[in-house]
Amino acid sequence: MTFGRNTLRALLVGDRHADRVVPPTGFTAQLTLFVSGAMAFLAVFALALSLASGRLADRWGEELARTATIRIVAPEDQRAIQTAAALQVLSTTPGIAGARALTDEEQQALLAPWFGQELPLDTLPVPRLIEIEAADQGFDATGLRLRLAAEVPGAVLDDHGRWREPLVSAAQRMRLLGWTVALLIVGTVAAMVTLAANAALAANAQVIAVLRLVGATDSYIANAFVRRFTLRALVGSVVGAIIGVIAVWLMPSGGDSPGFLTGLGFTGAGWLVPVFLPLVCAAVALFATAYAASRALRTLT
Amino acid sequence: MIELENVAYSYGGGELLSDISVKLAPGSFHFLTGPSGAGKTTLLKLCYGALLPTAGHIRLFERDVRSLERDDVAMIRRKVGVVHQDVQFLDHLNVSDNVALPLTVSGRQAEAANGDLTELMAWVGLTHRADAMPPELSGGERQRAALARAVIMSPDVVLADEPTGNVDWEMSQRLLTLLVELNRMGKTVLLATHDLSLIRAAKAQVQARVLRISNRRVQLAGADL
Repeated sequence: MTFGRNTLRALLVGDRHADRVVPPTGFTAQLTLFVSGAMAFLAVFALALSLASGRLADRWGEELARTATIRIVAPEDQRAIQTAAALQVLSTTPGIAGARALTDEEQQALLAPWFGQELPLDTLPVPRLIEIEAADQGFDATGLRLRLAAEVPGAVLDDHGRWREPLVSAAQRMRLLGWTVALLIVGTVAAMVTLAANAALAANAQVIAVLRLVGATDSYIANAFVRRFTLRALVGSVVGAIIGVIAVWLMPSGGDSPGFLTGLGFTGAGWLVPVFLPLVCAAVALFATAYAASRALRTLT
Repeated sequence: MIELENVAYSYGGGELLSDISVKLAPGSFHFLTGPSGAGKTTLLKLCYGALLPTAGHIRLFERDVRSLERDDVAMIRRKVGVVHQDVQFLDHLNVSDNVALPLTVSGRQAEAANGDLTELMAWVGLTHRADAMPPELSGGERQRAALARAVIMSPDVVLADEPTGNVDWEMSQRLLTLLVELNRMGKTVLLATHDLSLIRAAKAQVQARVLRISNRRVQLAGADL
């Protein structure tokens, strides 16, 4: 059997007479419906997780890449001088959009979770922090470190790379994992539909013998099975995807601080993913059944 | 139309048919007889491309059977109506739909609605059983339904393999009469049967040649039948 325009036309347009030649019931019908529904449901979650991870990775990457911090660790009488020198260096460094030293109140607020609100900063050797906002093109961190080492000996540049990269990397891995799971699910649909189609073809060996006896071509017989399994997979996956989307939609929101789970869901063009998912399942079922039918009809005499 | 030339067929290491040469001319009526297991069914299957010969040549409608693709075989089966002793139907379709099945699979189902099917069902005497399901039919009704299915495409050749094997004498005569009528309409008929009384009865109705399979070979039977 060759899969071509006629197969696609037969699939889309259908033929109520041809549809009737294959017995309408059997466990393979329920199996295909259930498997495609369950797999579409799981795929919605996997893809939602993947897309949420992607958004998180992008957000962390962008936000943290745009900021850096300089700590001025110097004796108290040198701290203000070195802070001013560091700001001077920063003002002449390409790729830096702005820089400012944090006020005592801001530093106190940063330390409050650990030391409480009443911490007297002037009694502790707390370094002065300078917040740097990078321009879009970014700045040369290595070059800046060398300049600071020469001109501001107490300055330590922290470009957040040390802890930003593992987080972004983890989020990207989660995104990849989500897509991998989705692909495995698609592969499982293909395997299950192939098995179900093989079982249906074997169970209908007598039907196939009769059809051949009366002059049915192999493509006609295969199309009857392909159309049936494709429609079952489509219906099952539509139901599974709808339930999956509802379940994702009902997940509790994390408000403005999205995480892997609280940010789970679809946004913007991401909504096309659950829309296309049943079509992908149907296409997978189509090719899997066509393959199974082609093999089975070659072996059946 | 159908021509076998020095055909042999082997199965499981043994030769079932050997050096068979038969030509079914258009409009001819042939009986094929011989004891059970002689190879009548095998020979019929060779005649519609269900089996390939292990030696010799078979030409179906001017084409060598070995050169046929699967779809070509399907097209040839639309020109050859086949009736088996063990008739098989699609049990989820009613008798009428089963009889119309060759039209359905060839995309000509519209012809089933224009009266041809009704006429055919009346010809085989199954009008009243049109809506019945196949398991509800008696042996004779099944054979007549199979004959109707075999001829609905108006094939050039009708091959019947022991069609009277499971029916009583009266029904055998009725089936024979239908086959003779088909022959008078110009169809080529090859009827395999081990029932010599059926052949004798037919001789009064139609000019037929009798081929007998004996010792793996086909011989033209003489006046001893």
